[in-house]
Amino acid sequence: MTDFTQLGIKAIRDGVANGDFTAVEVAEAFNAAVADAAELNAFIVTTPDYALEAAKKVDADRAAGKQLGSMAGVPIGMKDLFATRGVQTSAASHILEGFKPEYESTVSQKLWDAGAGMLGKLNLDQFAMGSSNETSYFGNVANPWKARGSNATLAPGGSSGGSSAAVAARIAPAATGTDTGGSIRQPAAFTGITGIKPTYGRCSRWGIVAFASSLDQAGPMARSVEDCAIMLEAMSGFDPKDSTSLDMDVPAWAASLDANLKGKTVGIPKEYRMDGTDEEILKSWDDGIAWLKDAGADVVEVSLPHTKYALPAYYIVAPAEASSNLARYDGVRYGLRDLPDGAGLQDMYAATRAAGFGDEVKRRILIGTYVLSAGFYDAYYTQAMKVRTLIQKDFEAAFEQCDVILAPTTPTAAFALGENVDDPLAMYLNDVFAVPASLAGLPAMSVPAGLNKDGLPLGLQLIGPAFDEQAVLNAGLAIEQRAGFTAKPEKWW
Amino acid sequence: MSNYRVQGATGEWEVVIGLEVHAQVTSKAKLFSGASTEFGAEPNAQVSLIDAAMPGMLPVPNVECIRQAVRTGMAIEAQINKWSRFDRKNYFYADLPQGYQISQLYHPLVGEGQLVIEADEKAGIPEDKVIRIERIHVEQDAGKLMHDQHPTMSYVDLNRTGVALMEIVSRPDMTSPAEAGAYIRKLRSILRYVGSCDGNMEEGSMRADVNVSVRKVGDTELGTRTETKNVNSVRFVMQAIEHEVQRQIDVIEDGGTVVQETRLFDPNTGTTRSMRSKEDAHDYRYFPDPDLLPLELDDAFLEECRASLPELPDAKRARYTGELGLSEYNARELTAEVETFARFETLLAETAAALGKPEAKVATQVANWSLSVAPGVIKALGDEGDAGNATATRQAAILKMQDAGEISGGQAKEIFEIVLKEGREPEEIADTEGLKQVSDTGAIEEAIDTIIANNADKVEEYRSGKDKLFGFFVGQTMKAMQGKANPAVVNQILKDKLG
Repeated sequence: MTDFTQLGIKAIRDGVANGDFTAVEVAEAFNAAVADAAELNAFIVTTPDYALEAAKKVDADRAAGKQLGSMAGVPIGMKDLFATRGVQTSAASHILEGFKPEYESTVSQKLWDAGAGMLGKLNLDQFAMGSSNETSYFGNVANPWKARGSNATLAPGGSSGGSSAAVAARIAPAATGTDTGGSIRQPAAFTGITGIKPTYGRCSRWGIVAFASSLDQAGPMARSVEDCAIMLEAMSGFDPKDSTSLDMDVPAWAASLDANLKGKTVGIPKEYRMDGTDEEILKSWDDGIAWLKDAGADVVEVSLPHTKYALPAYYIVAPAEASSNLARYDGVRYGLRDLPDGAGLQDMYAATRAAGFGDEVKRRILIGTYVLSAGFYDAYYTQAMKVRTLIQKDFEAAFEQCDVILAPTTPTAAFALGENVDDPLAMYLNDVFAVPASLAGLPAMSVPAGLNKDGLPLGLQLIGPAFDEQAVLNAGLAIEQRAGFTAKPEKWW
Repeated sequence: MSNYRVQGATGEWEVVIGLEVHAQVTSKAKLFSGASTEFGAEPNAQVSLIDAAMPGMLPVPNVECIRQAVRTGMAIEAQINKWSRFDRKNYFYADLPQGYQISQLYHPLVGEGQLVIEADEKAGIPEDKVIRIERIHVEQDAGKLMHDQHPTMSYVDLNRTGVALMEIVSRPDMTSPAEAGAYIRKLRSILRYVGSCDGNMEEGSMRADVNVSVRKVGDTELGTRTETKNVNSVRFVMQAIEHEVQRQIDVIEDGGTVVQETRLFDPNTGTTRSMRSKEDAHDYRYFPDPDLLPLELDDAFLEECRASLPELPDAKRARYTGELGLSEYNARELTAEVETFARFETLLAETAAALGKPEAKVATQVANWSLSVAPGVIKALGDEGDAGNATATRQAAILKMQDAGEISGGQAKEIFEIVLKEGREPEEIADTEGLKQVSDTGAIEEAIDTIIANNADKVEEYRSGKDKLFGFFVGQTMKAMQGKANPAVVNQILKDKLG
């Protein structure tokens, strides 16, 4: 009998559509796998009934001869940053613990409309701030991978750490992620899965708890490029409720997948060869170059001269927006309220926010408040926005010479939990390759490239011009076909 | 220049005033959400998820609010910025769910404009004066805290949260309380003409922040200003200025210095008190709202805004005195309020049509009727009359009869009174109630012949040069005709017969 948990989106969807198995069988298999994987702490809340209900509906629709959606019968994990009606939406914070919205985010609704079901709400770094999933109020998530010969628990990456762990551990065939400065790509790289952040505006932000509005983008995390393409199509589309939503048709990415790169040019950004980058990462990058050449592409060196300013600019812009976006968590209308005896309004704010936010969130609120303050605004925020424009121009110039850019996703493979927790700057450096594409709003994907000598997965990143997710997906597919990445973590949980 | 001066112990002082007027934009929905803006609903009945700042909610601009602000800008001859942007003004307060107000600091929708306040000798405004307007930006209103619902807690009503406001910022061009009052009245009139704000100050649709400073006459440097927040009537604005001017002069003359601060006006005492000083001022950490794209307006949109503008107060007043030949006074009175000119123009059109004359020929008659005769009758009747009965058609019918000499001025009033009370038609009233002048020369001649025959001595005196006796004959004739004779006809016949 088929082990459904080994199947991806397409295999499940087609199997259900063909009548090879039922959606309910699939949902039950994943519900059981989720229940069996509590040790990973990938889920904050599990919703087996939701997964079953959706599956029953798909089976009934099929029996009634109705048209099935592109995700029909696929149970997925939902990052707990997406508002889900009636189900706790916490952003992995204490301040939103117990908050059950009366509304459904646009992206999750689109997925349900396409026939997907919800296994539960996935753990993440608190308010999506972090690169190791260690800032969650609901505890660390364990990376299902372990280094050869070590029993240390590794970080699944972040902020979409619950998503990456669940997909890598085969307790969900796919999951939603959000990416503000690498939060889909870095965890995907750390866990040997595939994840794509589309062009800014492709996926509606309506109903996603905001971190940094000008950067936040939702995207799929799955185990193949094709699965990502299918799920991204279901998630994307213009939403009049989001002013920054792209008013463009969603291309048929999955149907247009083509790994033949003849006539395409791949750019290799020279500034990404940074000191301190792991030798094995550099080697996997060379492998990637060879694979893309093998797929028919020309490879050229390109320059993104302002790359070194991207991370500092990001750590001004993102906290600035966050400091304002998180002001609404004040204990007045919903969520945590800490009202000490005899306290006034200001005391309530202070007590509520002190108790409700974790250290990393507080750090970023403070940074953001500082950089927007009178007397500092021009030196920090205005300057960072100028850098952001320069970085956009860097990419525009580079895409005059190439169709897609290939780079590492992260400077290292997954590190152990606790390893960087006392050094925020070291932690921030994890996203050094991911942040530039975020600042420029460009589509970018991480695909598994292989294992390092410790047996840990490494990811390669593809960055495309705005609106050209297809270029990213096609190059990703070419790598996927050649990397032959079939490794999976050994079950220890 | 205003000659407003305040005598202090150390000499004469002059005053510099700038006003920031917050005007609620007339629109069914809020600036960034679909919630209703209607006044007077139950607390928190008109709150969307966006207004309550639920997690993940996003603002989407309401085009109608933008349109109204653009039209307002056009009405004050202002620069309209085709590219503008929304900024967040960050501060914590319980009536501000987002923790920031979406406003426009760096790139407002409307730039430099102006309006003219009219000369008013009695108020100390010797001549027309241009008041420059620096900008108009659109922003969200805050909610309302209610402190009287619970002994230890405050309640929040978010109905007003997110309602669109225009902040209209003047230059410090006003130099007396009267000028400030005239400015607000004129601005209110323009807003109401345009239809972008109902101007209802009691309901808070218009509120002013009043910036005041004083300096010795002759000084060129501006003094330190204070800002008195949220003053909600013309009278209070003038009171707040008067109080603030005297207070600042007293402070300076007592050897102190005026502190730059935000103050509150107390309508009960007509005084202001300190709310917070500059040191306590918030650092609002303004930055562009990343949830919103810059607002870009195309030519077609601007063209539609311009085409939809009505005739504005200044132009209308000029047309009334010019084309229609009305007096300055009548023109000013008629154009002050939207309802007044609307009634006048309807009646003018009806009357001109009824009489078959051009509007200019009947305008003065209609203006006098609209401004003094009709309101006089309505007021005198009070509750006995129903103004709804006073349709333009009926009033035009009265004016027509009067113009034709069929009824006298007094009869016109009497007929109008019956119209108001009973809703009957003026012609029918005139006929059935005997409210018509007799212009039948036969009847009048008959009466006059009798009078001449009975007063042979007086006729003799008149003919020998005692002209004053003409009035006696008129009086006798009118008496004989029971007051209903057309005076013009009486005069003519008397003159003919007396020679």
